[in-house]
Amino acid sequence: MSETTLAAVPRAGRRRLRLSGPTAGAAIALGVLVGANALLTPNFASAGNLWNVLLQVSTVLLVAVGMTLVISTGGVDLSVGSVMAIAGAVAATTLDRGIPVAIAAGLGAAAVVGLLNGVLIARFRIQPIVVTLATLIGGRGIAQVLSNDGELVPIDNPSFEFLGKGHLGPFPTQVVVAIVAVALGAFLLRATPFGRYVLAAGGNPAAARLAGVPVWRTIITVYVLSALLAGMAGLVEAAKLGASDAAKIGLNVELDAIAAVVVGGTALAGGRATVFGTVIGALIMQVIATSFNMLLVPYAWSLALKAGIILFAVYLQRPRRV
Amino acid sequence: MSADASVATTDAPFLRMEGITKRFSGVTALDGVDFALVPGEVHALVGENGAGKSTLVKIMTGAYRRDGGEMWVEGRPAGFATPADAQAAGVVAVHQEIHILGFRTVAENVFLGREPRRWGVIDWRRMNDDTARLMAELGLDLDPRAALGTLSTARQQMVAIARGVSLGAKVLVLDEPTSSLAEREVAILYALIRRLQAQGTAIVYISHRFDELYAVCDRVTVLRDGKLVGTRALAGLERLDLVCQMLGKSREEMQAGDAGFAPDAPASADEPLLHADGLRRGTRLRGVNVEVRRGEIVGLAGLLGSGRTETARALFGADPAEGGSIRLKGKAIEPRSPDDGIAAGIAFLSEDRKAEGIIPELSVGENLTLAALPTLTRFGIVSRAKQQALVERYMTRLGIKASSSQQKIRELSGGNQQKVLLARWLCTDPELLIVDEPTRGIDIGARGEIQALVNELAAGGMGVLMISSDLEELVEGSSRVVVLRDGEDVARLARGEVTQDSIIRAMAGGSATAAVASAVTPASASDEPSAPAAEVGA
Ligand SMILES: Nc1ncnc2c1ncn2[C@@H]1O[C@H](COP(=O)(O)OP(=O)(O)OP(=O)(O)O)[C@@H](O)[C@H]1O
Ligand SMILES: [Mg+2]
Repeated sequence: MSETTLAAVPRAGRRRLRLSGPTAGAAIALGVLVGANALLTPNFASAGNLWNVLLQVSTVLLVAVGMTLVISTGGVDLSVGSVMAIAGAVAATTLDRGIPVAIAAGLGAAAVVGLLNGVLIARFRIQPIVVTLATLIGGRGIAQVLSNDGELVPIDNPSFEFLGKGHLGPFPTQVVVAIVAVALGAFLLRATPFGRYVLAAGGNPAAARLAGVPVWRTIITVYVLSALLAGMAGLVEAAKLGASDAAKIGLNVELDAIAAVVVGGTALAGGRATVFGTVIGALIMQVIATSFNMLLVPYAWSLALKAGIILFAVYLQRPRRV
Repeated sequence: MSADASVATTDAPFLRMEGITKRFSGVTALDGVDFALVPGEVHALVGENGAGKSTLVKIMTGAYRRDGGEMWVEGRPAGFATPADAQAAGVVAVHQEIHILGFRTVAENVFLGREPRRWGVIDWRRMNDDTARLMAELGLDLDPRAALGTLSTARQQMVAIARGVSLGAKVLVLDEPTSSLAEREVAILYALIRRLQAQGTAIVYISHRFDELYAVCDRVTVLRDGKLVGTRALAGLERLDLVCQMLGKSREEMQAGDAGFAPDAPASADEPLLHADGLRRGTRLRGVNVEVRRGEIVGLAGLLGSGRTETARALFGADPAEGGSIRLKGKAIEPRSPDDGIAAGIAFLSEDRKAEGIIPELSVGENLTLAALPTLTRFGIVSRAKQQALVERYMTRLGIKASSSQQKIRELSGGNQQKVLLARWLCTDPELLIVDEPTRGIDIGARGEIQALVNELAAGGMGVLMISSDLEELVEGSSRVVVLRDGEDVARLARGEVTQDSIIRAMAGGSATAAVASAVTPASASDEPSAPAAEVGA
């Protein structure tokens, strides 16, 4: 009977599996993917290609770190792609006043959208999916209005483009930016009261409120942070392109970010989060995309396979029956 | 303790479990436990918090799967994979933590999963009519169309029980059924149990209130640390002996350690710590006055809906008062949110542990320190060392049973969760501690410890406001009692005047006295074992 087979499983083994939690499934999946690709995909294991994977993943990762915080409060932020476009457009159109002004303006515009999301969700109690769907639609429109009805705004400023094309020592700038964001996200969640409040507000808002947790402020802050990180991703993307393309920048990035978060083991229902898992999730998605590209798998097929892998990774972390 | 012949053990058991073992990631929750149920008996399951009672009944009803042991239903081997399987076999549970669909109606919850149909669609009329009939039969005054979430916890619990009854249960498991019931509802529950018993239903009854056990149960099974201590008839078993078995202590130890519970309020003559005047909010609070002095434990009594919890929430700022004034330490305060309350030095332990207490996915340590986080933070970073020291101190002091402070709180037994929540407030070092049903679900040993702890805190100068539906607790544990009725304070009983009778009289007021008093008697009929009940099982 199943009971007896279960009893036969060594206890310590089960415990270890549990301790590493749902992220373990994702880590295993990533290991298998990388291993298989190293063997089967020509040139996959080359240094150049691995840098390429990191370069490609960095903007999604920036967004996904913010998304991890948002999802662990039990919410979701669909507006991140539009926020990227807004930040890019604002920076591109203000660049003639200097780089600091452009960056500040871009991030500031992003923060405003995040604040709007947060206030509508926390104070007016509108569902996060509805609020951010509205800002997803509206934000893309505003980004295009800002850049003269969706025209490409060229960026002719090598110093600004450093953000997307330059290197700090051996590291591409955007990779460094992403790593800083990951470290910051993990630090916030682990070491600060704010991180604890995020998980408490997501896990049981009524209990959190009674324990004196500033639930509103926490939720608003989370959406502002998500928007700021998306704004940063927008600046990087614009710098990489050498232009602000309000119609295209950040298109569908919310889906990749959500997939990365979920595959990594953060609970969609809130209350549980792992930034480390999100990194693994984002890497899984990127490795799939890159290797399919190298193997010349048709794009349509790669989407179907990607979907299958998402479902499988999430299946691995389904709640176990006790 | 050995099985005995006085109760119908000769009957073939309806359900039998043998050598049941269950482990949770390294912790052995049950270790070779035997258990049997004969038709028509009410079987008490007792043990300390974390002894494994809930785990045993969850295995019995298909919520958990066992790691070892066997189970038979009507002589045939059985193992339920899901609660639905168990229900199909007539084994139904009403769990400690109520599981409900808050947005759905009473009728929908009662018939969930087996809605009456006509032409393939739900027959709403029949569902509502059947529910209304069921409620009337059970003596419950409930609208089948009311959304369950709008009802009080007590009523939600009655709905859960009604659902069990309507499933035609042959075994009905009640895991701490009275923990959120008021006296009157307890009486209804007793009547219900007797009726089911007469129909041959076997009932498993888990409770930490001994009065209840003696009032309704025939046999008792004692668990300690996941092991079976024994099963025997309750009639003729002395209360003290039962407690000894539960705690694994000898009679002498128990009597020696029983310091009793008598807070002699130093009640200093100077200005009261808390002075609330004419608190109002909507229709539930219509002018409540309370005073608490340093070192005093003030009991707050009243029937369900009398405004006890509302008073506490208004003082704390969770549901701010709309009128009236609050003075703490002589300073006027106006708490508009729990934040304000905490900042002023007030702590509030809510009565609803699941909905308003625990953060299920966070660890014991994180839950324990949630309210005290600002004091553990330096340069914006939570100090791990300070946190750990605090957590360890309170885990030891309250005897919290967990595999470590890293364990998720949702994995703790109900009583241990309650202790963590109490610790959450104690470590904020409050001036005024408001506790709403503080010992709900806490075992008799720990209950004494917690009461002693509250005494000690009061003696140290804290003021305590204690809401309780347990009259015994109010009488034993308070320096004074304020009685509320319909949102107003109607009586204040000084130290010498506090008796169960005087509280009941004041709670009900006028004509209702008799009704309530009669409802309370079964519970307060102290050590008298219920002889007639034992015969029904034969
Ligand atoms: N899902 C779980 N995961 C890990 N440990 C668990 C889980 N459920 C219960 N336990 C552990 O098993 C033990 C028994 O718990 P159980 O809930 O059965 O106690 P109980 O006798 O019902 O106590 P109480 O009187 O407090 O309700 C406890 O030590 C508890 O921490
Ligand atoms: Mg229990």
